[in-house]
Amino acid sequence: MRNIRTADVTAAVKEMCIEANHFLSPDMKEAIEQASEKEVSQLGRQILGQLKENMALAGAEQIPICQDTGMAVVFLEIGQEVHFEGGSLEAAVNEGIRQGYTEGYLRKSVVSDPLIRENTKDNTPGVIHYSIVDGDRVTITVAPKGFGSENMSRVFMLKPADGAEGVKNAILTAVRDAGPNACPPIIVGVGIGGTFEKCALLAKKALTRPAGSHSDIPYVREMETELLNTINGFGIGPAGLGGSTTALAVNILTYPTHIAGLPVGVNICCHVNRHAVRVL
Amino acid sequence: MNEYHISTPFTHETAQTLCAGDYVYLSGTIYTARDAAHKRMQEALLRGEELPFSIKNNVIYYMGPSPARAGRPIGSAGPTTASRMDKYTPELLDLGMTGMIGKGKRSEAVRDAMIRNGAVYFAAVGGAGALLSKSIISSEVIAYEDLGTEAVRRLTIRDFPVIVVMDSKGNNLYETAAEAYRKEYR
Repeated sequence: MRNIRTADVTAAVKEMCIEANHFLSPDMKEAIEQASEKEVSQLGRQILGQLKENMALAGAEQIPICQDTGMAVVFLEIGQEVHFEGGSLEAAVNEGIRQGYTEGYLRKSVVSDPLIRENTKDNTPGVIHYSIVDGDRVTITVAPKGFGSENMSRVFMLKPADGAEGVKNAILTAVRDAGPNACPPIIVGVGIGGTFEKCALLAKKALTRPAGSHSDIPYVREMETELLNTINGFGIGPAGLGGSTTALAVNILTYPTHIAGLPVGVNICCHVNRHAVRVL
Repeated sequence: MNEYHISTPFTHETAQTLCAGDYVYLSGTIYTARDAAHKRMQEALLRGEELPFSIKNNVIYYMGPSPARAGRPIGSAGPTTASRMDKYTPELLDLGMTGMIGKGKRSEAVRDAMIRNGAVYFAAVGGAGALLSKSIISSEVIAYEDLGTEAVRRLTIRDFPVIVVMDSKGNNLYETAAEAYRKEYR
């Protein structure tokens, strides 16, 4: 048994909220860099150049990369040998979000009720996903999610007979419908299998996999590559103003499913695909 | 690609000179409003009240900034998705609004109202909020302060970079540009 103080969780979440909103991970920077070299449209190259300039400015002057600093999605992978001390874990995570968004000059974008819509003024609560894993460590991933792209995300409950073609069509439909709204170039997170909620969660998790990495499953890897090529042939381009860079990556995760079903979740993220990871 | 420098506010006559695809640097005064502010403005109009600013010849920027650090006029300040304002937009266009800055597609009703009135819709680059904030010189909340980031702000901008996406003739760069770069879909 290893004791971890919930105050340490608060401190880590706070720092990760601020870090993720000012610095993209190296894989995302690299993906945007490569895209700006390959983009065929002049305006597209100009826009990708502005995105690079924006990233540099965000880090140097401590201005969030995007004004939509997101709803804080937090993944907690908790080793089963861990014991938390010092109060509620959930409260500790939300306190980290509160401190990060308040002290880090991040936007407060959360309303307390979906229909009454009063701003909570500290960006809490976050959306927290817990999983219990082996070991005595806690891995925390903070992924602030903007809603321009979240709003364009979809879940499709396909039939087994729809097969791989059906899955590909569903993904392409979501991306085509998103068009310029999701702030391309986008990252396409996909979850195939599981249940209704499982495929959506896999799609969200897929967004945290590094851009440029691929699935270990050969057919999934092929599907990722094929879909990325097809999507970049749509012509939507940077900011939706035309070009050959519509997506930077298609990341697919799979899970066993029911004999009667083929769920597909497509979680779209803009080029400001933010995530910070820390192990306690 | 034509480049222009235009002062805000501007008239319908100026709006009608702009074409989809033009690169424009805006300087002058504009106003911010997003979902919640639009809802309140519509409710004000329904009650027969004045809007918090004169809409005639003015430009609305669909934007809710992050908080400003000390000594800065504003935080990160990029565009939000315009289509969420589509429900409220035709009425504002009919009242004389000449321009909008946002990102993403608009409804047919908005396109019709833009043609009817002679207005223009600009895109700013989504997700470039740090860079865009550098073209904002001052920011002042003028209404609905309780809405926080969604309050109505008067901004002074200098050489704020935008691209004409939809013009007063009904042209739409999102449609034509994607078509130009589209490869055969299998």
